[in-house]
Amino acid sequence: MSEMITVNNLHKSFGKNEVLKGIDMKVKEQEVVCVIGPSGSGKSTLLRCLNLLEEVTSGDVFIEGDNLTGKNVNINEVRTRVGMVFQHFNLFPHMTVMENITIGPMKIKKVSKEQARKEAIPILRKVGLEEKADVYPESLSGGQKQRVAIARSLAMNPKIMLFDEPTSALDPELVGDVLEVMKDLGKEGMTMVVVTHEMGFAREMGDRVIFMDEGVIMEEDIPENLFGNPQHERTREFLSKVL
Amino acid sequence: MEAIMESHYIRVLPFLFEGLIWTLIITGVGLFFGFILGAIFGMGRLSKNKLIYGISSIYVEALRGTPILAQILFIYFGLPDLLGFNIDKISASIIAISLNAGAYIAEIVRGAVYSIDKGQSEAGRSIGLTRSQTMRYIIWPQAFKRMIPPLGNQFVISLKDTSLFSVIAVGELLYMGQQYYGTTFAAFEALTMVCLLYLAITVPTALYLRKVERRLDV
Repeated sequence: MSEMITVNNLHKSFGKNEVLKGIDMKVKEQEVVCVIGPSGSGKSTLLRCLNLLEEVTSGDVFIEGDNLTGKNVNINEVRTRVGMVFQHFNLFPHMTVMENITIGPMKIKKVSKEQARKEAIPILRKVGLEEKADVYPESLSGGQKQRVAIARSLAMNPKIMLFDEPTSALDPELVGDVLEVMKDLGKEGMTMVVVTHEMGFAREMGDRVIFMDEGVIMEEDIPENLFGNPQHERTREFLSKVL
Repeated sequence: MEAIMESHYIRVLPFLFEGLIWTLIITGVGLFFGFILGAIFGMGRLSKNKLIYGISSIYVEALRGTPILAQILFIYFGLPDLLGFNIDKISASIIAISLNAGAYIAEIVRGAVYSIDKGQSEAGRSIGLTRSQTMRYIIWPQAFKRMIPPLGNQFVISLKDTSLFSVIAVGELLYMGQQYYGTTFAAFEALTMVCLLYLAITVPTALYLRKVERRLDV
């Protein structure tokens, strides 16, 4: 299986504050990688470097072999292949659910409105919100909003999906629906990088779990090993607090 | 009845209506171009390009930092004197309102665009929209809604500012009132009607804006 994401010696600083201190990682096709760690460990920043929402300070990020830090990269084109789901959903409040989902295909892929709407319906069905097509985001619950956000990304037909703490802003009883959608995606073979505090999800769905602390990857392994027999003291400490 | 019809309160009106029309034309056309200038320089004030930011800032600060009376005199007497051209009063007035309102509108635009959550542009960019597409389809429609109340406010301010153009004898509302009492000496009647006509425009506008604002609040 081919490498979807390759990160080499990635550093990221905000001013004098170095948030990522040399990250190396690879994600293969169809792999689900979960990134865990205490807040401030740099895991969200790492994720945001994978589609250049954050400019990288040094090092390389490759998406399907394209070097994002190279000069000739068309970052807008790369981003159509890399979907991203945010903690706070970031739906477009002035657009209906359907418009949120079709704006990408219509404006970027120049698909006609009719065609875009037609293609959006199975995606909405997949996230269980077919009947909400014509409502505005404000009338949706947090869980529904996040599922629309996932649908919005899927409409671009991405090869990779990045999730930045997708359930952290949700009421506990709404987390399940979102995780279900993510599990379905994983089972269909979507390549996924998930920054999460949902250890149950990481354990069940992760092909690999990465533990980050203070800007470095402390430890990475299959979930059974990382959760069952962590090698580092910091990992043990973190897991004892969250499990 | 005849006494009322013969009173200065009534006889001044045909003059004032003519002035009011010019006041509205200067304000309307001025604000149209002012909005274009404001949009351009407001976005310039948000630019990371230092030159664009610098030029925009100089424009905004220069126009907000000088009185509009000085600006109109500069445009009507100063520049033609230096550059050797003629400009008619109405054009000079429209240019003055455009430039002056443009500076304030630039700040309105900047504030409204800046107030839109950063997550909105990140979401737009993350699906692959370009910077300008994100601005056009995601940020602007939301920001524009927030601009409506302050733009209405600017309309009221600019409308009142046109009265200053009476110094170059533009036939706007106040000037027409002055002309009337210049020959009739009915200053009280004429100026009362002038003010009532200003209020007839500004008060409904203010009430309407308060309604819009309340609706946007929810």
